[in-house]
Formats: sequence, C-alpha cells, structure tokens
Amino acid sequence: MKRNFNVVNKSVRKIDSLSLATGKPMYVGDFKPADALIVKMLWSPHAHARIVSIDTSAAEQLPGVHAILHHGNVPRIVHTTAGQGFPEPSPYDTFMFDHKVRHVGDRVAAVAAETAEQAMAAVKAIKVVYEELPAVLSIEAALTPGAPVIHDEPEAHVPIPVPYEPQRNLAARVAMEVGDFEAGLKEADHALDLEYFTDYAQHCPIEPHVAMAHLAADGRVVITTSTQVPFHVRRIVAQTLDIPVRRIRVIKPRIGGGFGVKQEVLLEDVVALFALRTGRCAFWKYTREEEFVSSRTRHPEKMRVRTGVKKDGTITAMGLDCITNTGAYGSHALTVVCNSGSKILPLYRAANIHFVGESCYTNLPVGGAYRGYGATQSSFAVDCTMDELAELLGIDSLEFRRRNAITSGETSPVFRALGEGKAGVEQSIGSCELDRCITLGARAIGWKKRGRWQEKTGRFRRGIGMAALMQGSSIPEIDMGAASLKINDDGSFNLLMGATDLGTGSDTVLAQIAAETLGCDMDKIIVYSSDTDMTPFDVGAYASSTTYLSGMAVKNVAEKVAKQMLEVASAMLECKAREIRLENNRAVRRDGQSVSFGEIALRALYGTDQHQIGAVSSRISHKSPPPFSAHFAEVEVDTETGRVKVLRYVAAVDCGTAINPKLAEGQTEGGVLNGISYALTEQYLFSPKGKMLNAGFSHYKIFSMRDKPAITTILVPSYEKTGPYGAKSVSEICINGPLPAIANAIYNAVGVRMRTSPFTSEKVWRALQVKAAAPA
Amino acid sequence: MNITLTLNGKRRTADIHPNAKLSDVLRQLGCASVKMGCNEGACGSCAVSVNGRVINSCLAYAAQADGGTVETVESIGSLDHPHPIQAALVEEGAVQCGFCMPGMIMAAKALFDKNPSPTDAELAIHLDGQLCRCTGYEKIQSALRRVAAHGAPVPSPGSSTKGGRS
Repeated sequence: MKRNFNVVNKSVRKIDSLSLATGKPMYVGDFKPADALIVKMLWSPHAHARIVSIDTSAAEQLPGVHAILHHGNVPRIVHTTAGQGFPEPSPYDTFMFDHKVRHVGDRVAAVAAETAEQAMAAVKAIKVVYEELPAVLSIEAALTPGAPVIHDEPEAHVPIPVPYEPQRNLAARVAMEVGDFEAGLKEADHALDLEYFTDYAQHCPIEPHVAMAHLAADGRVVITTSTQVPFHVRRIVAQTLDIPVRRIRVIKPRIGGGFGVKQEVLLEDVVALFALRTGRCAFWKYTREEEFVSSRTRHPEKMRVRTGVKKDGTITAMGLDCITNTGAYGSHALTVVCNSGSKILPLYRAANIHFVGESCYTNLPVGGAYRGYGATQSSFAVDCTMDELAELLGIDSLEFRRRNAITSGETSPVFRALGEGKAGVEQSIGSCELDRCITLGARAIGWKKRGRWQEKTGRFRRGIGMAALMQGSSIPEIDMGAASLKINDDGSFNLLMGATDLGTGSDTVLAQIAAETLGCDMDKIIVYSSDTDMTPFDVGAYASSTTYLSGMAVKNVAEKVAKQMLEVASAMLECKAREIRLENNRAVRRDGQSVSFGEIALRALYGTDQHQIGAVSSRISHKSPPPFSAHFAEVEVDTETGRVKVLRYVAAVDCGTAINPKLAEGQTEGGVLNGISYALTEQYLFSPKGKMLNAGFSHYKIFSMRDKPAITTILVPSYEKTGPYGAKSVSEICINGPLPAIANAIYNAVGVRMRTSPFTSEKVWRALQVKAAAPA
Repeated sequence: MNITLTLNGKRRTADIHPNAKLSDVLRQLGCASVKMGCNEGACGSCAVSVNGRVINSCLAYAAQADGGTVETVESIGSLDHPHPIQAALVEEGAVQCGFCMPGMIMAAKALFDKNPSPTDAELAIHLDGQLCRCTGYEKIQSALRRVAAHGAPVPSPGSSTKGGRS
C-alpha cells in the first residue's frame, strides 16, 4: 500500500482554472453558433389542468418562427427525466409534452425561432384552452383519501418492481425493520417522538441549464449540454424521441455548477427534436426564473423520529418515518427518501430499527437530485434528536454521539436492507476517523466553553452546536466508471473519461491518480471528459462516486498502460520488466540506467514491434465506504428580532486520502456555505394557487461573501483500502451539517428547538415568544 | 443603430438594436467571458468595466457604452501573463466551476485599482454582488487577501485605475 505520494495528496493546480479565470470560451453558451435558432417554452400558468385545445396557427405565421412542439406533434413516450442508471428506480410518469399540466411551470409548447424576441412573441401567440383541475399543494393534501389524482394517465408505471400507487399520489415507498422496534421502545428509560420538516430549495448553479443540438454532416444529432450525466442524456433522449442511441452524440464541455440539478434530462430532448425537425442548430438556456420553477429542487421532507434510550446512553430503538414531496413528477422520488434512511441510520448503533420512506406527488415544483440526496434532510432530524436525547440523559451531546457512533470494523444491518430500488449491499466500515473529527472540531470551535442556554443573558446570545455525519462513496453494485489512456510521441498521455467534471475539479483529481500511477508529471496528462462518442462510459457525476469509483477505473487503466510501458522499456534496457521502476517520466533500471517515456513512446509507435500503448478499463464497487465528518457552528441569536447569525463554522472531515487537499477543502467550504444559507434563508414562497413567488436571486437569498462566517476545514486523514490511494468521497457529506449544527447551536444559545427549516428570523422570533409565554 | 466603443483596447463598431443589452452585445463581439447567470443584475457574473466603473452589463443598454471604454476579463490577463488577481485565485484553488470568475475578477480589480490593500470587510462589501455557489468564498477571500498583502497589483497596459463600483 503506497502512502508516500508524488502527485496524489498534493494541492496541484486545478488544470482548467487559469483558462477559466482568463475567460476562455469553455461553456455550452460560448459555443453557440451565431445563426442558432433560439428556443423558448410556453409554461403552464396552472398548477393542475387539462389542455382542452392548443392553437399554434397564429404563432407559426410570426416572423422568424421555424417550428413549434406540443403534445399533438411529438412522440408520446413515457419516461423519467431522472438521469439514473438503466432501468431507472424513478417512475416513468413524464412525456415530452402532455395534454395535462401538473405544476405551474410545466411544459406546454416550445418554439424555435431566429431570435429570442421572435420566439417569445410566438410563445405569447399560442392559444391554449385549459380545464383547471383542483390542485394538490401539500403532502397532507396529496395523501388524503379522495385527493385529486395527479398521475391518472394509464402509461405511468415503474420500470423496476417497487411499490408505486399513482392512484393515491404515492410515487414511492420503501420500508425496513431490524429487530423489534416497538419492544425496543418499551425497553427504553427515555423515549422521544419528534417531528421535523425541511423545505424546498434550489441548487442555484450560477450557470442555469443550457443545451444545444445540431445535425452533423452524417445526419446524427450532436447535443452539447451542461449535464452531469452525458451517457444517461444520450439514452433518455433516444428513448424519448424514439431514435437509436447510435444516432446521438452528447458532448459535455465545462459546466457552470450542478450540485445534482444537472443529473436530469430537461432540455436535451427539445433541442434535439428541433434540430431534427428544422435541420438547424437549436439553442435553449433557462432563465433564472425557469431554473427555480421548471428545473429540479430539493425534495421537501416531513420526518418523524422515534427513539428510545437507556440511562447508560444505549439506544434501544431508532425509528424514522419520512415522507417527501416529489412535486409533479417522481424524479429521484424513491432513491432520495431511501437515502434518508440508508445514509443516516447506520451512523448510530441501535438494536431495533424501523424505517419507512414514502414520496408523494403534489402540483408543486419537482424534486430531484441535490447534493446530500435525502441525507441532508434526515441528518437534520436524526442529529437534532441525538442532541435532545443527550440532554435528557444529562450527557454531553458530543460524548453521547461518540459513544453511539459506528466505527471501523463494524457493520450495520441497514446497509444490507436498504439499497437503491433493490436490497442493499452488506459492508463493514473500513476507514473511520469520526472520533478524531469530533475531537479536532470540538477543540477548534471551543466546545468546552459553550455553557448552557440557561446561563446566557442579554439581547444577543451565543451558542455552539454540533452534528456528526456520514455519507457514501458511489452506489455499490450499480454505478460504473470507465477510462481509457494512451501514450503520445512525447511521453504524454491522453486520459479519456466518461466521468463528468462539473466544476468540482474531478478532471484534476483523476489526472493526479493517473500521474501517480504512471510516475509522470501532471502536465503530461491531457484530460478529456466527457463525450459519448470519444470517452468510455461512466454513469456520471453523482452519488459521491467520481473520485472513489472513476478514480479506481483511472488507477486501473494507468496500471495497465504502465505494464505495457515496462515491456517496451525492458527490451530497450535489456533487463526484466520487474527490474524497472517508472518515476519522474522515465523508466529506470536498478543500476540507474533509464529511458524516457518519450523514448518508450517513439519506439512503440515508430520503432520495433510497433503498437499503440494504451488501454481501457472499467470499475464497479462492492462497497460504498462512508466519509465521516463532525461539524460545529457558533451562532449569535438576536432575541429581539430572532435573527440568527453564524459566527464561526468548523468542519472536520475524514474523506480518506484527500487526493487534492485544496480541492477537498473547497468542496467542503462550498457545501457548508450552501448548507448554511439553506438553513437560514433559502425557501420557496408560493401563492395559494401553487405559483412560486420568489423565483429570483433578489427574493431567494443565497449567501454572498459578505454573509459568510469564517469556515474552517480540517481534513482528518484515513486510508480507505478499497479506494484509489486510500480515497473516499468528499463532495456531498459537507452540506448535511449546517441544518442540525445550527439548530443545536440555536438551542444552546436561547433554549428553543427549531424543527422546521429554514430558521428565519420570523420563525425563531415566534419560537422565542412561545417559549417566553410557556410556564417555567 | 451603430455604436462605437473601445473594447479591451480596440476600437469596435456594432450595429445594434436600440434595446440591446450591453452583455449580449459584448458576447456578440466575442467576449465569451461575459457570463449570464440571472439577467437581472443579481448575480454579478456579467460584471465588466465601463469607463472605469464596474457594472452588471445585463442591466446596461449597449447604447450607453457608445463612445466609451469597456474592459472585460479578456483584457487583463492571459494564460502566459495572468493578472495577479487571476494568479492568486488559481494558486489558492478558488476556481471551481469558474462561471462567476470573470465577474468576480473584474469587481475585485476595480477595488484593488483604487485600494491596493483592502481589509476583509472592504473586500466583502465590495464583492457582495458577486455570487458564487461552489466555493463558499473561503478560497476566493484567501486569494484576494494574498493580493492585498502584496500591495497594488500592476495594472495591465491600457487598463483604467479610476473609479470602481460604488
């Protein structure tokens, strides 16, 4: 096991960063041809309605209009927009266009015109007669017997055998039981039964969704798109348009952020069909408002946590009942709520475990994948419950977590019970430095000095709270990553990957793994990702899989190439291959004689026994090793206004070997601030008819540099034997901490428990009023 | 209508619609660095310098720049000779998806041009309108601190040192 690294575990410069900082054209919009047709969509103004008639005749006559798509002139093929592996665990409940609309902002008709203004004029000229239907605008309303049925179309079904009952608005259901939960509750000295709720949020990538398509000279459709899942885009567009996969090429250039929202096929089918119908390049970019209303969101989730605990701190029962609101379509409905259980329940040991996860349809914006993926929601519920249990027992909540948290060598029955649409995969924990994360984080925040809320006085009161976290690294026995690698004349290498860098720096991290394995410098690795014609398959950038899983594929392909290089070098150096090391861009014999990688390449390409040194490799994983983390927040609560300010935030994270420490810190800091802003300010406000009222950055507050607290990241090294050079994932876990850590800190400051997010001034102020009015 | 402007040191003319936004015209003139994140002046991705003042170009009419001087990030540094702000951001690992970077850099440069050693608070206030969703601003802040510690970055030829975002 190699631990003295040359390239790995170093903060090498992110390979595309200078090009990005100098403003080079690298994103989808930068490649738009001047003569591209511009696409605009007519969106549903109603939360729930049938389209009685649609008349496009006037719109078609307007100048510049080339084509209009609506339910009457496109294939009616049921599918899911969720960019997941095939067959998807999400219900097939979506049509390219339908004769029914299911939320404000659902597709009605699309126009392609010479200019944006002409396209908008045509959108306005389309005449639609709607028959409004009663709308379902909450989880409670959706599950009420006799509620309006949102998916009453006969085609709606699930492609895998999982519970699905659209006739009662149930998009997904999953349940598990370990031991005897009720008996565990009876056995307990203390029991808690608490309800939590987390609200809608949007990912807010600064680059909104954008895609374009044109026809190549051979008639194939080339789609250039801002996506996390190019291969799933190719498959789902082929399915939706009923054309062969081979007729489609998907190119992913640089992506302006994703965070899960671009794990969805939202624009590509439309631009592809316009290209096919008009023969012209069709370009579509969401406005910011469309990004909020008509892309994807974090599923709102209601959670009930029932726990029992003995006086000595042993947890006898842990029960979690979750219901998410998946909105108008069931994108990621099953798997997000599944992860609310599978990613969080293993964290704390309990003999008796109960979990039910459900997801219901409503006539509201659609849920999807969002960094944290269900674990963000349930971390809030479970970790706040831990804080309350510790208080009941009179144990320091940090100690209580430490005593009950899973550690290296242990397993959890949850791993086997809960998979993604099927049984899970049993695993025992390999690397785990949670305990050290807690120790180092507590020291950095000054945990010991936090005091009790009862001792705090004055208008502004400070408090410290914490949360312990785990996530996973890839979906075991479902995800697959692949890479190919070949040598060039000068000893450089082309590394072609399906893995999808969406701004995270995965191209850099994966190049580091290749360079480490080959014994060359970073600048010898030329990375290309991702292009369905050019690069091998990869499921895409989601489920915290890229460094861990695609990283293993890259390490493996580099090992194969290294072996081929050693064979050539052994002929050149006239010795056995095992007597040669690859280092510093050279193949070195034991006595120091060496040949350069360039010389090896020239011999292989032009000299004796000519051949291409190169290989392709793919990997799946039988484990999903969790990264662990301990988060700490210090807050100040203004007791007169309810305003909560985060003063300091510490995130100590065990992500195994950080392949690039600076980028790992950057992932953590970005996720933490997104989480803080979700905890305090981000929320969707709706009209009584289900229209979002604050769809823009002026009224949906995401944090700026001025709003942020000082964020300290502590990377706590461990070595995950199954990962490339000891690495695990880092990108998702970090967003799960702020909700519970801040809620627990608010309690420590002023003694109120916030169980509904976001913790706006108004909510905190009201909670303080209730507390003041309650008898002491 | 026709407008003439000095764009990144070169005299350019454009035939535009009177309603055309400056951001769209700059992109048509080849400045791909002008990024469009919201089209309502709330994200800062399209920030450029017009007559020495940094503005959100999505809120300005191109006609307003007629006869003026416009600078985008293309003019302030290159792959071989990055501006010290660009170099610091790259070295600190502050560039993730990079979409906010051109605007962030133009806004930061405007501050450094008039105040070579801003405090953290001055930086945060000045960059309040520049949204980034990837980094949590931590590495951006440390990069700009590094620039501040080294004193005034050397202005690139032709760049204006007057004004800044008010």
